[in-house]
Amino acid sequence: MTPAPSARSVGPILEVAGLHVAYGATKVLHGIDFTVEAGGITTILGANGAGKTTTLRAVCGMVPPHGTVCFDGRRIDGLATEEIVRLGVGHVPEGRGTFVGFTVEENLRLGAYVRRQREAVAADLERAYAYFPVLGARRRQTAGTLSGGEQQMLALARALLLRPRLLLLDEPSLGLAPRVVQDIFRIVRTINERERVSVLLVEQNAAIALGLADQAYLLETGRVVRSGPASELRQDDAVRRAYLGY
Amino acid sequence: MRSALRLLGSGALLVVAVLLPFVLSGFRVFQFTQIWVYAMVLLGLNLLTGYNGQISLGHGAFYALGAYTTAILIDHFGVPYGWTIPAAGAVSFVVGFLFGIPALRLEGLHLALATFALALSVPQILKYFDSWTGGSQGIVLSKPRAAFGLTLGPDQWLYYVSLAILLILLALTRNLLRGRPGRAIVAIRDNPIAARAMGIDVALYKSLTFGVSACYTGIAGGLGGLAVAFVAPDTYNVFLSITFLVGIVVGGLGSIAGAIFGALFIQFVPNYAQEISKAAPWAIYGLFLIGFMYLMPRGVAGFFREARRRRSSGARADTEAPFTSEGGHHAEA
Amino acid sequence: MDTLLQQIVSGLATGAIYASLALALVMIYQATEILNFAQGEMAMFTTYLAWSMLKAGLPYWMAFAATVVVAFVGGLLIERVVIRPVEQASVLTIVIVCIGLLVILNSLAGWIYSYIIQPFPSPFPKTPLRIGGIVFGLHDLGVIGVTLVLLCLVYAFFRYTTLGLAMRAAAQNPASSRLCGIRVGWMLGLGWGLAALVGSVAGMLVAPVIFLEPNMMFGIQIYAFAGATLGGITSPFGAVVGGFLVGVIENLAGTYVPLIGTELKLTVALGIIILVLLVRPRGLFGQAVVRRV
Repeated sequence: MTPAPSARSVGPILEVAGLHVAYGATKVLHGIDFTVEAGGITTILGANGAGKTTTLRAVCGMVPPHGTVCFDGRRIDGLATEEIVRLGVGHVPEGRGTFVGFTVEENLRLGAYVRRQREAVAADLERAYAYFPVLGARRRQTAGTLSGGEQQMLALARALLLRPRLLLLDEPSLGLAPRVVQDIFRIVRTINERERVSVLLVEQNAAIALGLADQAYLLETGRVVRSGPASELRQDDAVRRAYLGY
Repeated sequence: MRSALRLLGSGALLVVAVLLPFVLSGFRVFQFTQIWVYAMVLLGLNLLTGYNGQISLGHGAFYALGAYTTAILIDHFGVPYGWTIPAAGAVSFVVGFLFGIPALRLEGLHLALATFALALSVPQILKYFDSWTGGSQGIVLSKPRAAFGLTLGPDQWLYYVSLAILLILLALTRNLLRGRPGRAIVAIRDNPIAARAMGIDVALYKSLTFGVSACYTGIAGGLGGLAVAFVAPDTYNVFLSITFLVGIVVGGLGSIAGAIFGALFIQFVPNYAQEISKAAPWAIYGLFLIGFMYLMPRGVAGFFREARRRRSSGARADTEAPFTSEGGHHAEA
Repeated sequence: MDTLLQQIVSGLATGAIYASLALALVMIYQATEILNFAQGEMAMFTTYLAWSMLKAGLPYWMAFAATVVVAFVGGLLIERVVIRPVEQASVLTIVIVCIGLLVILNSLAGWIYSYIIQPFPSPFPKTPLRIGGIVFGLHDLGVIGVTLVLLCLVYAFFRYTTLGLAMRAAAQNPASSRLCGIRVGWMLGLGWGLAALVGSVAGMLVAPVIFLEPNMMFGIQIYAFAGATLGGITSPFGAVVGGFLVGVIENLAGTYVPLIGTELKLTVALGIIILVLLVRPRGLFGQAVVRRV
């Protein structure tokens, strides 16, 4: 399934306005706004508990969002997760979400489940193995036996097999060695540049996130406290002190 | 003011209950005796399943145990019926407690399955030991005559005996649930691991609850057998256990008063539905089981309680604890 | 005088029925963690539908095929309409709904078809097969054969097709499946549909032996549960093995243990269930259940 031509050729691919999310009686997001430009990389930074993961989960419908979530000009708040995914939103969740009982190849095939053209899927499978050679070497292995870094790559590859137009990444650096993190981020940049996949990246590791992204938002206890081009936030004093360590 | 009204209401109902046998025909009196008997079963089953969270689809087995204990003691040993009822209760308590011990190791679904299998086996087991149980023919009993020189017919006498025992069991259960054992029992249902961490002997409580629940049901079984004056294996089939389940669902899981609502339901619905067709009562039971789970998970009594609670502001912690719909068997990441 | 071999074959034939129904139970349990107490009644009801078709003059294999399709659709609808509202509810709620379903199907069958016991035809000829001096019933052998074919087809479906993979994924990890665009709800419905399909075959195969009446599947279902418990409620392979084992045990115990005879057969099922749940709850092939605190 090649992605349908965009409704608009410029402008944001994702627009979120006034997003409130509560878990039962606990309010986690207090009305946040952000956008992801088509073909761009936006990052949402923040400490633990700021509400970053909740934001991604709200965008893809895993928790009920209150407010407006527009994907490519179309309201998706209120849709079921699987329907949002079918519109072209790939999500690499916190905790990877790999099917641990299935092989690497089965995991990837599941990522391509909604696509119809067999040859395109087969080609994409080979491309995934090209991006992530370690997955290629282990394609018949059960996913549960992979290391943390390999599972992260598997989760990313699986999301890419959807041929998404927007990729949501939830803390991809968590628990991984710096070298592996660099590899993954390099691949994300390549995919963004080559395939024009827009990216919404949620990260605790502000340094590396700001190195990759165009736009950045800083989230603190459910509110956006800073926003702007990534280059600006990198120079911002408060950000530097709190998140960049200097 | 409100509790005074409730007391007045209960008192009025009690007066009505006492006067009924003088107003109704013999058959109706028998039907109401059966209602008191069913209410005892539902009280016991609710204690186990509604309050303590142990699912039993096999309480017909304890009902049969009580009935046959009574029948065998009267028929084989000539024991006066008055002693057979406590005996039925005692035997059922012991068996229930012993069953409760292995049941500790069974989770909700598995316990439901084991008790379901138990319910299915009962008629076969009863027919097998036919030298004691009289096999398929069963045992015929005679209805006991009124004691203390009261001028009551056997139906009316049994009515009052059952009503009295029901009232005693109601009072006992209310006291049990209002005190520490009650809170322990409910805590075990809601979160067994937390309960154990708080120092509650979960194993002991669960087995004891099983025993007490079986005891109530056994007493009811004995009285039921006397009321019908006959015990036979095919009466105590799996459908009886399911009937009891219907009773606590309609009456209210986790409600004491619900035992009476439920008993009224399971006594009268078959009577009227059977006019439509032999299959109708069960179709109705099935629809009610499913319907209540969708609409009124807490049964009729719970529905009224919710209505009262919504009218008065502020929720009061009740030992008639609302039946939580959190089984705790799904761990969300 | 029946030899041991004949008893074993006979046991395998009943075991085939138990194995099919046990597989149906396990498929549903794997997908939704529900023990479908109404599985037997669903099979009974579809068998009655087949009987109606046969009475209307349809040839056997046409009625068989139509019944299997109706069973699939029926199972799917039951999951989507009846079970879906309570999917996330407590164990007790779901048990009650399944019992409600059991009772409705049972009474519906009784109302439409009455409680009179009816004969149901077998597609296999009545002439016995003689192999090396031992006599076997063709129906028994036919049941074993059809069941094995069915089980192989189900296995192949889950193992080699994309839909089968998606269904397994939806059962194992619904959240991640959604992230792949899999409509998990419909996968569960398909699972129930397939389970009902398998159950309907079991019903039509066993009806010639035990005769058609609304309560016919009670004993069979409890044996299927015993088989699934013995084999492991989390393992389809285990369920099938367990079903066959239980069939053989039931037959041998009934023949060679005079205490049990034919009168205590249901108690044997009860005994197996309780024994397994106490000694090794996960069964022979199941996975150990880890309770997360």
